[in-house]
Amino acid sequence: MTENGFGAAVRRKEDHRFITGLGQFVDDINRPHQLYAQIIRSPIAHGKINKVDVDAAIAMSGVVAVFTGADMAADGVGGIPCGWGITSKDGSPMVEPGHPPLAAECVRYVGDQVAVVLAETRAIARDAAELVDVDYAELPSVANLESASADGAPLVWDDAKGNICFDWEIGDKSATDAAFAGADQVVTIDIVNNRLIANAIEPRAAIGDYDAGKDEYTLYTTSQNPHVIRMLMGAFVLSIPEHKLRVIAPDVGGGFGSKICHYAEEAIVTWASRKVNRPVKWTADRSESFISDAHGRDHVSHAELAMSKDGDFLGLRVSTRANLGAYLSTFGPAVPTILYATLLAGSYKTPAIHAEVKAMFTHTVPVDSYRGAGRPEASYLLERLVDKAAKQTGIDPIELRRRNFIQPEDFPYQTPVALEYDTGDYDAAVVKAIELADYANFDQRREESAARGKLRGVGISTYIEACGIAPSNVAGALGARAGLYEVGTVRVNPTGSVTVLTGSHSHGQGHETTFAQLVVEALGVDFDNVDIVHGDTGKVPFGMGTYGSRSAAVGGVALMNALEKIRTKAKKIAAHLLEASEDDIEFKDGQLSVAGTDRSVAFGDVAMAAYVPHNYPLETLEPGLEETAFYDPKNFTFPAGCHICEVEVDPDTGVVQVVRFTAGDDFGRIINPMIVDGQVHGGVTQGIGQALYEQCVYDDSGQLLTGSMMDYCLPKADNVPNFAVTTNVTPCTHNVLGVKGCGEAGAIGSPSAVINAVLNALSDYNVDDLQMPATSERVWQAMQGNG
Amino acid sequence: MYEFNYHRPTSLDEARKILGDNDEAKLLAGGMTLLPTMKMRLASPSDLVDLSNIEGLADISDSGDAIEIGAMVCHAEVAASDVVRAAIPALSDLADSIGDAQVRNRGTIGGSVANSDPAADYPAAVLGLNAVVKTDRREISADDYFKALFETALEPGEIVISVRFAKPERAAYSKFPNPASRYAVVGVMVAETAEGIRVAVTGAAACAYRVTAMEDALSKDFSAGALEGIAVDAADLLSDLHASAEYRAHLVGVMARRAVRQLIA
Ligand SMILES: Cc1cc2nc3c(=O)[nH]c(=O)nc-3n(C[C@H](O)[C@H](O)[C@H](O)COP(=O)(O)OP(=O)(O)OC[C@H]3O[C@@H](n4cnc5c(N)ncnc54)[C@H](O)[C@@H]3O)c2cc1C
Repeated sequence: MTENGFGAAVRRKEDHRFITGLGQFVDDINRPHQLYAQIIRSPIAHGKINKVDVDAAIAMSGVVAVFTGADMAADGVGGIPCGWGITSKDGSPMVEPGHPPLAAECVRYVGDQVAVVLAETRAIARDAAELVDVDYAELPSVANLESASADGAPLVWDDAKGNICFDWEIGDKSATDAAFAGADQVVTIDIVNNRLIANAIEPRAAIGDYDAGKDEYTLYTTSQNPHVIRMLMGAFVLSIPEHKLRVIAPDVGGGFGSKICHYAEEAIVTWASRKVNRPVKWTADRSESFISDAHGRDHVSHAELAMSKDGDFLGLRVSTRANLGAYLSTFGPAVPTILYATLLAGSYKTPAIHAEVKAMFTHTVPVDSYRGAGRPEASYLLERLVDKAAKQTGIDPIELRRRNFIQPEDFPYQTPVALEYDTGDYDAAVVKAIELADYANFDQRREESAARGKLRGVGISTYIEACGIAPSNVAGALGARAGLYEVGTVRVNPTGSVTVLTGSHSHGQGHETTFAQLVVEALGVDFDNVDIVHGDTGKVPFGMGTYGSRSAAVGGVALMNALEKIRTKAKKIAAHLLEASEDDIEFKDGQLSVAGTDRSVAFGDVAMAAYVPHNYPLETLEPGLEETAFYDPKNFTFPAGCHICEVEVDPDTGVVQVVRFTAGDDFGRIINPMIVDGQVHGGVTQGIGQALYEQCVYDDSGQLLTGSMMDYCLPKADNVPNFAVTTNVTPCTHNVLGVKGCGEAGAIGSPSAVINAVLNALSDYNVDDLQMPATSERVWQAMQGNG
Repeated sequence: MYEFNYHRPTSLDEARKILGDNDEAKLLAGGMTLLPTMKMRLASPSDLVDLSNIEGLADISDSGDAIEIGAMVCHAEVAASDVVRAAIPALSDLADSIGDAQVRNRGTIGGSVANSDPAADYPAAVLGLNAVVKTDRREISADDYFKALFETALEPGEIVISVRFAKPERAAYSKFPNPASRYAVVGVMVAETAEGIRVAVTGAAACAYRVTAMEDALSKDFSAGALEGIAVDAADLLSDLHASAEYRAHLVGVMARRAVRQLIA
């Protein structure tokens, strides 16, 4: 292994600036003469806007302008587009309502944007916002899936009958029905996948900065994918061509999917900046984040598993209702369909699967990706169902899984739900995890817990996920309205230092370190001589950004391909300098040498020759040393693994404490094991959060009850144990790095392991089902027989 | 936050004068409750009267059979105080269980007792230990102090100076923290005082209250077992996202037994 190269646990380059407070987040940026925007948001879930009276606000000293939805409409501003189209069973397209950045006629959730105040200071903007008088005619609303599905329920959109956006299916229904007809036994389960709020540590922020001299716009925004924002906002909302719009997403403090979407505020500040010819800055406070960041999950499902008498899985039937909120967020429709139901095969050879998904509108914040996006929902459903099957059949849960695993010799494996898994070894991960978890001695630990009056349980999950989204043509066929490749540029500077421009975006993942490791590995340059630039459409040629654990598997490979082009060109230059044949040049550890001789030239000298081409093959080779690669993957990647959780339940109170957690994951080859461990720790913590603590609750009138950290319970340090993590490597077969991705796995595999463990702890209490989050009261009620 | 005038008086008289001159003035102690409320624009005092510069409000003293804690003593100081630990370890533990480190370094006993949040911990100690709340105009006994949701015997403009805790024979506090905020969903102080056994509950109802059935049972037989079978009525208890009244009633029993067990162990 090269020091600081591929596979080394290099400390994160970026952390110095983060932990010394030198990061540059959007709110750290201030433009000369900037104004502050305050958004006026709907306090009700559903209502007609009769009148917006802005006179008092405008009259206030320090207020520069107040704009409403009517002002934006008069300017021809378009609606916020949806990036993914889904087609219903009957061939009809999904209902795709308009989504003006400022609502002009009707508000549809608490938090919906109605007007914006621009003022000289943030305080004035806030004071003035209270003077904007909006007259609403309140209308009845639906705050959850149940009320949205009820007969005669109020409609969020008139053309979405029954509040259904689409009614979609995947898989072979008749084959699945036949499998059930021939089954010896059937297990059923009803699952609620609780609604979550991402709560990135940095609230969203945006600055619009219009340059009248050049007729150009710059948007600074907290985004995971600035080029995507440029495309969506430029082309669909504000009609600004790419060359006139620069989008910068500087340091971003966490996203977890909630910063993928194109949000109204981005369009509002950009548009308003031109209206008043001054920069306009908006920063959400935490309360605003709760009611305006896209929420995640929120499914209700019924599932049935058909089995032979020996426990072979024969068929799986799933029916899911998914809450999309009031409007379609950027990837909203893809999450409960393409990113969910295609994963229902899990790691099992179930031959027939059919799933139907009804996506519904409700008067709530739009729902979009949250760490795992669809895949945690699939994995949770399946792994709960399989555990229930184990209980029902009396087969050991690990044994039952093993019996149904897709085996190493079965790859590539075509699932009944569209995906083709390239490689994996599911049992190997189980073996590693079981050993690390000391599973064999669980009974002893259970007794120790019992002696302390605690009920101990163990739970397992063997998850799979699809990452590195995706081949563009496949994604397009599935409804994506964009390509999903990635772009990397390697700029070797004249003195041999390297600047990388990547379309991936780091908002905590550590790309500045891992991507630099790839450069070190390929070119042998010093780690400190590599700089990774991302998050600026004015610098990076193009890019689709970071989500779906795609940075290494797509962005990293694009970078690798660009590095390969650099290596090839460097060899040509070296061959000239060393008066040797190109084929004889070896490039290793930063030296280009003639094979079998002691003649060599350092990479830095090659770079210098490329920029000062005095002795250079100018007739056949361009000067300079800079290469770009666009990489479109051949397939998804399929990380998989085994999570084992142990909990203790306090029988007096129902409190669940996770006391051991083991993750045995297969992420393919690993660039930086320390960073991978960190991703697993964070993902598992969020999974434990979903399983035990987090829950977004609306009351019946659509008011968000969990609108602050006092009521929305994030997991805290004392809620998680020290994690035991290990990896098993089956390299991805279709990318040069052999990597699969690790960003979401923790949140995908863990919730079912936690709940399975809780149910195991309650095995003496006859509790079959327990919904997330398994709060102390829920567990206590279940123990009283009120589950 | 709306605009307000900030004052930092150096005497109680000065503080009283500012309060008297401004109807909408409010006292500021640690600010852990008041400032977030102002930031959310739910409170809009015209004037803030910061008590931090008034001498004598931040002392902890031991008078032999009682300790007195100044209104401006923060939770972290109570938790760390040798005087408190030696006299009433349950009080140190209680203070140490409040919120998080930042909150303990700012929040004060005076602010907590004046605010009487239904989920605050100190009310269980004040009532359970039969403390006396000393104000700038009188002394209020614990049994007369807590009235209703966020309502105490304090009159407008009345300033809490200190809280005096008689040293109990023994006392223990058992808390069931809210997993989100770490406030008490239920907290129970069980104490054997000169006036007898007291069981005080916070978190469960609109304000701290005593469970006399438990006190009677423990007076006869000081054991966790004595509390078995004493049903806590859920009728008047709070019910919210975090716990139903029924669950709170159950937790009162569990926490009371745990407090007793701590004392017997
Ligand atoms: C995140 C968080 C978690 C918390 N967790 C807990 C917990 O677990 N348990 C718990 O008990 N508390 C908890 N608290 C509350 C905190 O510990 C303080 O006790 C509380 O905020 C009040 O004290 P303060 O000094 O901050 O008062 P302030 O916020 O300054 O004032 C509160 C009110 O009391 C009035 N006041 C203040 N001092 C006096 C006085 N001397 N005389 C008369 N009136 C006065 C003020 O005018 C105001 O109305 C938490 C707070 C936060 C923010």
